[in-house]
Amino acid sequence: MIPAAFEYARAGSVDEAISLLGSNEDAKVIAGGHSLLPLMRLRFARPALVVDIDRLADLEYIRDGGDHIEIGALARMCDVAVDPLLRAESPLMAYTASVVGDPQVRHRATLGGCVAHGDPASDPPATLLALDATLVLRGPAGEREVASKDFFKGIFETDLGPQDILTSVRVPKTGSAGWSYQKFHRRAIDWAIVGVAALVHRDDGTVSSASVALTNMGAVPLRASAVESVLAGAAATAESVAAASEHAAEGTEPVSDTNASGEFRQHLARVLTRRALEEALAK
Amino acid sequence: MAQTATKYIGSDVPRKEDPELITGQARYADDLTLPGMLHMVLVRSPHAHATVDNVDLSHALAVDGVVAAYSGADLADEWAGPLLMAWAVTPDIKNPPHWPLTKDKVRHQGDGVAVVIATSRAAAKDGADAVVVDYTPLSVVTDMEAALADGAPLVHDDAGTNASYTWKHSTGDADAAFASAPITIKERYVIQRAIPNAMEPRAILVQPNTAMGEYTMWSSTQIPHILKVAMVVATGIAESKLRVIAPKVGGGFGAKLQVYAEEALTLLVAKKLGQPVKWTEERSENYLATHHGRDQIQEMELAADAEGHITAYRVKIWANMGAYLQIITPGTPLLGAFVYCGCYGGDSYSLECTGVFTNTTPTDAYRGAGRPEATYAIERAMDALARKVGVSPVEIRRRNFHPSSDTSFSMPAGLTIDSGHYHEVLDQALELAGYDDLLADQKARRDRGDSKQLGIGFSTYLEMCGLAPSRILKALNYAAGGWEAATVRVSATGKVTVVAGTTPHGQSHATTFAQIVADDLGVPIDDVEVVTGDTQLAPLGMDTYGSRSLAIGGIAVHRAAEKVVAKARTIAAHELEVSEEDLDYEGGTFSVKGAPDQARTIPALAWSAWTAHALPDGMEPGLDSTAVYDAQNFVWPYGTHICAVEVDTDTGRVEVVKYVAVDDVGVQVNPQIVDGQVQGGVIQGIAEALFEEAVYDEHGTLMTGSMTNYEVPAASELPSLTIGRYTTASTTNEMGFKGVGETGTIASPPAVINAVIDALSVFGVTDVPRPASPENVWRTIQQARQAEGGQQ
Amino acid sequence: MAHVSMTINGSTHEADIEPRTLLVYFIREQAGLTGTNVGCDTSTCGSCTVLVDGRSVKSCTMLALQADGRELTTIEGMAAEDGTLHALQKAFHENHGLQCGYCTPGMIMAADSLIREHEGDLTEAEVRLGLEGNLCRCTGYQNIVKSILAAAGEMR
Repeated sequence: MIPAAFEYARAGSVDEAISLLGSNEDAKVIAGGHSLLPLMRLRFARPALVVDIDRLADLEYIRDGGDHIEIGALARMCDVAVDPLLRAESPLMAYTASVVGDPQVRHRATLGGCVAHGDPASDPPATLLALDATLVLRGPAGEREVASKDFFKGIFETDLGPQDILTSVRVPKTGSAGWSYQKFHRRAIDWAIVGVAALVHRDDGTVSSASVALTNMGAVPLRASAVESVLAGAAATAESVAAASEHAAEGTEPVSDTNASGEFRQHLARVLTRRALEEALAK
Repeated sequence: MAQTATKYIGSDVPRKEDPELITGQARYADDLTLPGMLHMVLVRSPHAHATVDNVDLSHALAVDGVVAAYSGADLADEWAGPLLMAWAVTPDIKNPPHWPLTKDKVRHQGDGVAVVIATSRAAAKDGADAVVVDYTPLSVVTDMEAALADGAPLVHDDAGTNASYTWKHSTGDADAAFASAPITIKERYVIQRAIPNAMEPRAILVQPNTAMGEYTMWSSTQIPHILKVAMVVATGIAESKLRVIAPKVGGGFGAKLQVYAEEALTLLVAKKLGQPVKWTEERSENYLATHHGRDQIQEMELAADAEGHITAYRVKIWANMGAYLQIITPGTPLLGAFVYCGCYGGDSYSLECTGVFTNTTPTDAYRGAGRPEATYAIERAMDALARKVGVSPVEIRRRNFHPSSDTSFSMPAGLTIDSGHYHEVLDQALELAGYDDLLADQKARRDRGDSKQLGIGFSTYLEMCGLAPSRILKALNYAAGGWEAATVRVSATGKVTVVAGTTPHGQSHATTFAQIVADDLGVPIDDVEVVTGDTQLAPLGMDTYGSRSLAIGGIAVHRAAEKVVAKARTIAAHELEVSEEDLDYEGGTFSVKGAPDQARTIPALAWSAWTAHALPDGMEPGLDSTAVYDAQNFVWPYGTHICAVEVDTDTGRVEVVKYVAVDDVGVQVNPQIVDGQVQGGVIQGIAEALFEEAVYDEHGTLMTGSMTNYEVPAASELPSLTIGRYTTASTTNEMGFKGVGETGTIASPPAVINAVIDALSVFGVTDVPRPASPENVWRTIQQARQAEGGQQ
Repeated sequence: MAHVSMTINGSTHEADIEPRTLLVYFIREQAGLTGTNVGCDTSTCGSCTVLVDGRSVKSCTMLALQADGRELTTIEGMAAEDGTLHALQKAFHENHGLQCGYCTPGMIMAADSLIREHEGDLTEAEVRLGLEGNLCRCTGYQNIVKSILAAAGEMR
């Protein structure tokens, strides 16, 4: 319950944070603290230097970017969940934020921190993947944009370099597309046993395109591409949804743990994909 | 004697306990600090079974702030005795000594190897981190059947076996009854291991006074009095030199009905160092070091006539002891050994229980202790019998209930039940549940092949509580008595102090006892204070467990108050110059029969007793009295719980959609508090049925090692209950009290599981593993579908 | 060591602390406000919930240094200065919303934030979901939910 000792530095700017990260190879960034502190409290993580970016107010925003909404990395999960702009223009993102953690966690946890942590059981990454979101990173060499499909590399592993800071997330406006996030967990507070994010574009009784992404079905969030390809151009009916959903677990290798075996997770992925698509089509 | 006006008994008096708890002023053990206080942290084994080859403390001692560190070997010669085990259930029980720190071998993950003491909590943690222990891992056994197999790794080499004991009890000739019965059923149930999870982790603080050789221990415990005796045994400190205080205690549920290594260690270390020492448990540490509960395999057999009237019960139990026998580890399953027949008739009864050592955290009492296991077995078996006979769960129960009775009667396991109206309580529960509507909803879902099926489950449980008549405890080989003590003291100014031997951790002793005494003495409840949980202020007591605080402790309180009234009557008669028989007593006032204006109140008589100016010849001054009550029988609450669940057959998720609890807990002192106990207990039982399970892997590592994956449910997962009540006074005591602390966890798991099985009966399902988690339910459905497919 | 200063229940508390000091330990050990409890080590149980700038936060999952300069409220700051209980404290007492009391401060702080965010307009289901981050082992939650609904009516 008490972390190992560390040095602490509060960064006054992103650039200062980047240079602080460069000053110690065993440095970690903290923002809302809900990814890092739980590990440090149990001494699973023992950084030598903690660089605090919690107060960088210029990273705490949600604003209109034209064809997308730009969410500052330090936007709190609770603010993402209720933001009127997001709820109107990219409601899948807002809703997903509302099922992360619990109210106290959402008051502190940031979207950027959650995404940068790269936990396969976390909900927002699958939604970013389904949305084809773009992540904006800044490092010693300047700023770069990374597509969500290229960002997640493995368990707790992302495209962030040791001195990189995730500064914002750009989620597209989804217009009239139907959407759903299905989270299966035993307690509301729990991480997802399996989650399914779905975004469906319809065209006069057919599905013009669907994107489906899976939470906790592997080391990284996964697109259920077999489902997407079966569904593209199919009739927007319960039957075609049910048929497509049968492909949801193809190619996945989910973990087995005390909450669910890999086999059960694959079953859940199929059920939840069907439910997500049904709900998305109804919206 | 005194006629009790029930102004307070039976009413929802708001709790006297609350003001300090809702304002943050209450002090739990970890809230206490003393000048010069040191902090202790334990080094615990990551291995479930290993020899301890070397403990290197040198790096720990080099950490800034660390003042001392000891290995098990360092302290081995300082103990006067091992940790107390108070229940040698058979003469030949294997009870290897359990030392506070192991010196040679660890036997479960979390077994203590060393302690580090430092000037701050953080430094002690850093020091513990720096201790280097060399282990040689040994083969591990966590499963009871594997532990009993030939060639199994031995948890205790000297014992020569992992079987600690086999205890037997029988009445009549069960084998003969089974041989001739037209109907028999045999079921096997597995009760999973549970972690009690009181919200307050344990904490201990010891203040030594080495000059006087005196020690004060504050511990988050349910049992300050028993703990004191156990500490005397472990450390050799004289009983007169040790004071144990249970401050505010944040829940217990049996897990603080224990004598723990950390208590002995904190005391010994404080004594050695001559400074106050505190130890505070972390939650993940609690999962390894605080005892677990349940963990049984049961074989349950019923013999019945062709109509399903039970003639005999035959039960075999294997109970997982874990790595050591703690205070009542071996006796815990036996607390249920007399209620595997529930509230049903029959002629013969046979039970055999084997305790098994494994490389797991020791088990011991967990809310209900033995009786939830027994109730689960009999209530599941009643449904199995109903299926076999071809009648409903309601009908099979009605055919077997004891006849309703206001007086005591004998039961198949050989004990005597105080009273009960089983049919009437079932009727009330069916009415409250809207049983016919539930059946109609269930049928509609079945007819349309709904993916969400409805199941209805029953538990018409019987509980044996009010632990316990001392003579029965002797017959069961328990080391101590089951009496309880109380003192009622009326001060010169008429204020009343009740000193009680049972000690609270959420049960509302202060309010409940004050209600009893305020009625007995006719004083305002605000004038009654209740003192508990301090062996110096309340030296006589047997503490809190087994739903005994009201049924045993409350009777002691009432009798102490009656003695005060008796003395006051003598003084009143003396002052009013009449005989005692000429006095009426009501509402705290003695008045002369026929001349009610000639009267004396209890406070006025207390003043007389204090001044002692004109007491009757030979009477001692003061108005106070002590009573010690030892019951002649248990008390026997019972009831009907009906649970309706919706099972999502696609995902296996179970949702409780309705839960009705109708209990007969005897006379209620405070119905709101009784409701609270029922609500809390039922929800804890629902959690056990649907959510919670402690899981070990093959290495003996606790996989559910923190609150993130040991699934204690929150409000978001749970229903509100519908509560009904039926009152039959207990015949065991003069107040008619039974008990309510454990009814919920005893009654609810079978109601929930029976409901899940009922929902899945459309697939031919007759069993589901506990907990009925989504995956367990999904697998059950899959297997049933495959079996059905195989048959076609 | 690092210097930290914050306002808790209207009073300034400052100290030189190790950077690793968790906010909950600052509150309990530096400010001496032991009403805020520690029930787990995984940000699960909610016993340590306090308000930071008006929002409920698990004080075990924040460094004390991160609360530097902020306004905190703990259970000790809920009643009025004259001792008049807060609507939530009163409701928990009247509805038997607590037994052992250990989770109660966290429940009350979480509920205060929840009620204000919903401007007092809450259903039973919303209260239950809003308490997903707070565990209680005694009450079965029923009377906690009842207490919060009663207080919400008063705080509306």
